Amino acid sequence: MTSTATSIPFRANAAEALSNSPLRAAMRNATETFAKKRTEATASLPIEEWRTQASDTRLRVLENLGEYVDRFSANAVRAGAKVYRADNAESAVSIVGSILKDRAVQKVVKSKSMVTEEIHLNKYLETLGFKIVETDLGEYIIQIAGEGPSHIIVPAIHKDRKQVGRLFSEKLGCEYTEDPAALTKIAKKILRDEFLSAKAAISGANFAVADSGSLVIFTNEGNGRMCTTLPPLHIAVLSIEKMIPSLADLPKFMRLLPRSATGQMLTTYMSVITGTRKAGESTGAEELHIVLVDNGRTKIVAGEYREMLKCIRCGACLNACPVYRLVGGHAYGATYPGPMGIVLTTLLEGMEKAHPLLDATTLCGACGDVCPVKVPLPELLHKLREERVERGFTPYLERQGMVGFGFAAESPQLFSLGQTVARVFWPLAKKIPGLGALERMPIPAQITFGRSI
Amino acid sequence: MRVQLFGTCMIDTFFPETGMSVMKLLRHFGVDVSYPKGQTCCGKPANSGGYARESRKAAEQFISVFEGSKDPIVTPSGSCASMVKNHYHHLFKDNTMMRDKALAVADRTYELTQFLVHELKVHEAGLSGKGKITYHASCQLTRELGVKEEPLLLLQSLNGAEFIPMPYADRCCGFGGVFMAKMPEISTALADEKLDTVLSTGADTVTGCDHGCLMNIADAVRRRGARIAVKHIATVLAEGLK
Repeated sequence: MTSTATSIPFRANAAEALSNSPLRAAMRNATETFAKKRTEATASLPIEEWRTQASDTRLRVLENLGEYVDRFSANAVRAGAKVYRADNAESAVSIVGSILKDRAVQKVVKSKSMVTEEIHLNKYLETLGFKIVETDLGEYIIQIAGEGPSHIIVPAIHKDRKQVGRLFSEKLGCEYTEDPAALTKIAKKILRDEFLSAKAAISGANFAVADSGSLVIFTNEGNGRMCTTLPPLHIAVLSIEKMIPSLADLPKFMRLLPRSATGQMLTTYMSVITGTRKAGESTGAEELHIVLVDNGRTKIVAGEYREMLKCIRCGACLNACPVYRLVGGHAYGATYPGPMGIVLTTLLEGMEKAHPLLDATTLCGACGDVCPVKVPLPELLHKLREERVERGFTPYLERQGMVGFGFAAESPQLFSLGQTVARVFWPLAKKIPGLGALERMPIPAQITFGRSI
Repeated sequence: MRVQLFGTCMIDTFFPETGMSVMKLLRHFGVDVSYPKGQTCCGKPANSGGYARESRKAAEQFISVFEGSKDPIVTPSGSCASMVKNHYHHLFKDNTMMRDKALAVADRTYELTQFLVHELKVHEAGLSGKGKITYHASCQLTRELGVKEEPLLLLQSLNGAEFIPMPYADRCCGFGGVFMAKMPEISTALADEKLDTVLSTGADTVTGCDHGCLMNIADAVRRRGARIAVKHIATVLAEGLK
């Protein structure tokens, strides 16, 4: 919750990940499958038009975010929900904690939510003595492994079936199997009992509909629906930028989010929850509490990185990113990995902590191409790199080198001298720590092109 | 037709023979090529590192060298061409006069294959080539400039050569300018993956439009001891000239 002053050791984390061959194989398989399915699912469709429409809608929301949040809150209250605003992570977790304490429940079933990872909700509730059961299969796997998610929609993407098999037999006491169907069955049986006995549930939301006060949840396993319909108490935790104006806007995102995420035409389950259970309804929570988390977003929306908040958390940029594909999500040392994660982490947790992440990109632009809501990720990454330089967060030697580059670039004589010096000292320079990259380059030519013509 | 050649600092420093291939190629098609004195670097390394002030200095130098002419500016690099065309004007957003100059040079700038295909129709002339050739689609060329078909048209038109498409051709090779130096572990791992896809084609030559990428791929070739030639597209095309 409180950010520490030490920066994230991305390069060391990445080097470790690179030497982990099961991780690399799992990452390669999964990201390649998703990227391929995404390409197939978006081919021969007016995808550019869809992206533009979705982007426009998201931008319209962000331009008047306060109004949309107010409208959503008023409509949700009218439908029977109780709505809370949390300025930061501390206040968000304590709101959730006190709702649960008042109800004297011991156990909470939970459907996947990245913002609850951001505010470290599980950890907080566990210190209060609550038992939290993650019910998304991937999230359940990493929960029993004691890890955080390594992908925003596929939290256990870094694990292969053998690892999951060993984990289940060790933690759940079942016989070892690496058959995904058998493993799923084991988890399903345990989770079913948890659903049926739980008196409280926590969920996130993919979208919040301002005009109706509805929450929209996409899941593939149906666990979101179990969480939000079976227990009498439902607490939804979502960040404020999840707003869309009306239900009429929802189809724009229904067709784009699953296609971008996993290459599915539609998500398997979509729940639209408007308030509490009404008279005559057979399912639904009797009490609905909605916690709207700001945690720095009002500030982001007012600044030059606003477009980052258009993000609908599909994970397409992760799957497309050459760096993420190689090293996986944990190397980023933050809640959100990959291109969107680099930008969001820097904005949420500060340059001091996150600046090494700005090197976790080749600026290849693949993320920008696949984003369903046209978040200009390459531009935002570049802008943050400029801010990092302006604020003095790049290494001293690099800064001096760049000053030298600037002088040489504006003076042909100096530039030419630099080329000669480089050629002469190349064999020596290669040995200097930090200049190892020279080893991977040829020796400068005896006569430059400019001089040879 | 006259053009001004921006050779790029990388070709100037490391690969003068590629520069000679560009000259030969353009001259073969009747182009009067000049190489304006005083050119240094487009500023891309500083710009992608986030050093706006230093990249502005490079941009000012580029503009002062090239602004005196109306001729097209041709450069054998997708990333340098994109720097001039897509990034220069952002560097001068607070200086209208310089921004206008930046936009003017941007308008005149072509990446080599853009110029060969759209202005000279080289792909229709049909050069000759040999062996099996595969192609790496570099990032700024493909995604920022949108130059996707032009290199393919040129390579497919080579009489006597077989063009073999590479799987994931537009996936980053891991060069990334300063990235290569700052994240060597990832950079080499990406280059190794790229080399896997290069070798999977069975080609005897891999080509591309950016020497940064080609240098990174050549390093992966050297580390592995693989037997495949790495050549800039200008060299591949110039080799087929009589």
